[in-house]
Amino acid sequence: MSLLLLSLAVIIAGGCAALFAWNKPGLAGCIGAGGTVLGCALGIIPALAVLLQGTTRSLRCAWSMPCGSFIIELDALSAFFLLPVFMLSALAAVYGGRYLLKYKEIKRLGFVWFCYAVLVASMALVCVAANAVLFLLAWEAMALSSFFLVAFENEKSTVRRASWIYMVATHLGTACLLPMFLLFGSRAGSLDFDRFAGCLPPQLTGICFVLALIGFGTKAGIIPFHVWLPEAHPAAPSHVSALMSGIMIKTGIYGIIRTLTFLGTPPLWWGWLVLAAGIVSGVLGVVYALAQHDLKGLLAYHSVENIGIIMMGLGVGMIGWSAGMPAVAILGMAGGLFHVLNHALFKGLLFLGAGAVYQASHTREIDLLGGLIRKMPVTACCFLIGAIAISGLPPLNGFISEFLIYLASLRGATAMDADVAIPLFLAVGSLALIGGLAAACFAKAFGIVFLGEPRSQEAAHAGEAKPLMLVPMLVLAAACIAVGFLGMVAVPALSGAVSDILGFNAAPELKAAAGCLRSITIVSVALLLLIALAAWLRRVLLSGRRVESAVTWDCGYSAPTARMQYSASSFAQPITALFRSVLRTSEHAPAVQEYFPEAGSFETHTPDACFEKAYRPLFEGLRRLCGRCVVLQHGNIHLYVLYIVITLVGLLAWQMR
Amino acid sequence: MIEFIEILLMLLILFDLALLGVSRLKTCITISSLQGMLLGIFTVLAHTQGLTLRIALIAAAAFVLKGFLFPRLLGRSIREASVSLELEPYIGYIPSVIAGLALLGASLWLGAKLPLSSAIGIPLVVPAALMTFFTGLFLIIARKNALTQCLGYIIVENGIYIIGVASVVEIPMLVELGILLDASVAVLVMGVAIYHINREFDHIETDRLDTLKG
Repeated sequence: MSLLLLSLAVIIAGGCAALFAWNKPGLAGCIGAGGTVLGCALGIIPALAVLLQGTTRSLRCAWSMPCGSFIIELDALSAFFLLPVFMLSALAAVYGGRYLLKYKEIKRLGFVWFCYAVLVASMALVCVAANAVLFLLAWEAMALSSFFLVAFENEKSTVRRASWIYMVATHLGTACLLPMFLLFGSRAGSLDFDRFAGCLPPQLTGICFVLALIGFGTKAGIIPFHVWLPEAHPAAPSHVSALMSGIMIKTGIYGIIRTLTFLGTPPLWWGWLVLAAGIVSGVLGVVYALAQHDLKGLLAYHSVENIGIIMMGLGVGMIGWSAGMPAVAILGMAGGLFHVLNHALFKGLLFLGAGAVYQASHTREIDLLGGLIRKMPVTACCFLIGAIAISGLPPLNGFISEFLIYLASLRGATAMDADVAIPLFLAVGSLALIGGLAAACFAKAFGIVFLGEPRSQEAAHAGEAKPLMLVPMLVLAAACIAVGFLGMVAVPALSGAVSDILGFNAAPELKAAAGCLRSITIVSVALLLLIALAAWLRRVLLSGRRVESAVTWDCGYSAPTARMQYSASSFAQPITALFRSVLRTSEHAPAVQEYFPEAGSFETHTPDACFEKAYRPLFEGLRRLCGRCVVLQHGNIHLYVLYIVITLVGLLAWQMR
Repeated sequence: MIEFIEILLMLLILFDLALLGVSRLKTCITISSLQGMLLGIFTVLAHTQGLTLRIALIAAAAFVLKGFLFPRLLGRSIREASVSLELEPYIGYIPSVIAGLALLGASLWLGAKLPLSSAIGIPLVVPAALMTFFTGLFLIIARKNALTQCLGYIIVENGIYIIGVASVVEIPMLVELGILLDASVAVLVMGVAIYHINREFDHIETDRLDTLKG
């Protein structure tokens, strides 16, 4: 426990020291990144120890905060979430140290590193806090530090807009958490988490659960509370996007799970609700991702999709839990949890890769890139591994967690009555649909960005990323592969966390699942061997012949240009056309007037329907309402005093009544 | 003795009504200075049995500050900022006096209902204090001239002072002196601010300062 506190202290100290080195950007980066890496290395030790031993450690300190007490508790669930927090934060810090140097002339990097350190420390604290006040303080520190990081390039109006949307969204979410904790606290008589369990009467648990789902779901980015995600993630610096998308949104998932442990066995409709939220987020997330033109915007929508998959796992688990099927409950929860870790790995990797592409080509517009695999082979290779993993294809890690969810759904769907089986069948179908669409989307993203010919001057002159940026990507890619092949070892390690949620021993069931995974690993290894064999065969067959390389898109044209290639929107068009009714993509194509037109143009734009149809009218209405209140603000001192007098007299009269 | 105090309180209330009905700034200041002197005397009269050095000092401070210092400061502001000597009301003088009578009624009603009334055994104290307080607020709200605002705050402070002296017998001296000091600093700051506002905008009409709002 003391090691964990020490790690938090080292991280914060590194951030503060970086703040003081504000006029030496290089030094600030070294101190900030170094402190974070050191602190994360220290912090990961107790997390691993707890995860492997299954013991719970806690610490109570005196604290003069009203209603608060400084209690941190490290159980298997917290330890499981701490693992990606520390791992990805350290790697992203190394990457960020190099990435941010580009901005050393124009930005105060000390402050950025300070915010980064606060973000990392507060995320870790959120995972271990066992008192509502401490939790909310850490939660708020996390929101504010990430807000400042999102607003890094605040000279751009789009970035300012994105950061404000994020600020509003995250606080609306927190506004739901406050009444939830107050409900708990008023019934339990204390704001300590260990008093919350089972303190609520049945009629209140539903309200609490829905509040938690909205409040934490806003942070997690489930549809329809996801609107901040596609705005904020592209706006932030890439290593921060990786951190936010890889881990910060998972604290929302952690919050939902932690609340579940307070509420006891859920009724069936909670499982339906979570599963429905998961399915909607998963399918719509990937469909919107297909329609994106911005590389990081695409990845942001994939975060929505993956949160959807995680929620589906939780939903399946909850359905199994409430229907009294421990196998379904355990496998569903384990699948959801495991996807948390896997998503952190591959989404971190993809965002770091996207950042490398952005720094090399100065654009995130997919349609301006192309052919980067020759300029940046290592980045391309890492991105490809991430893309395969996120599409849920074997043998990488994304497949393992999705496999667990499939397993849970099928196990439940074949064994139970209709109101349980139908949602689970729906889950299987949706998961398959999501996987297919994700594969299509990353075929588009990888194909357009890295294959073919460069579509712009910037892309043509791109160069490989710096070694310090490549190392974290390589580590993450290796982790994706390792987890993919070692699923049978990793999954039983989840038993502690799953047991913490469900309250019964999950180890035997997960051991059985690991047996399935072993055969998958064998098949994967066989697949790899087959690929190696094919490569060797190709080499042998070509050994005696002359091998030439030619232009990629030379289909008999005498003067091929890069503009003849598929563009991102044309590649995705057959699929986006299927989902036209959801996407409502607007197309701008001026009609051709002459017989031999010189120039033509075509543009598609896919605004987020939730934002345009729900939030914009809502906030416009609010703004108009507030505009009416400006009548009260005259700037006239006499009237202001009159307001005060009326208030005072009103209060007096109310008291005299 | 009680009759004296009651007459004094009557006078205070009459001064309040006069403040509402007067149209000239200088007369207002004179009335407020007279009111301040009355407050000093009232402090002594209210504590004839247990007149201590402390109470005598407070009475003297009130007498000097409210009776002489504040009016002089306000007078100096008038000269330096060449303020117009009209009060420029939002609400006319006759309606103001009628409103004042209504306020008096409200004060009497409130005074009867508030649990403070028995403090020194004179039922008129709390209504008089409330009346003075309301008069000050009314002046702040219903007159345009920035100096009247300042004057209004002084009158409000007078009202608080009456309650302080009369109903709570043992206020720590520090608090009382603090209030007096607050008021005098406020008057000073207000004087300086008015001078600067006048130099910047060529007038001190608060209703024309609303262009500064956000």
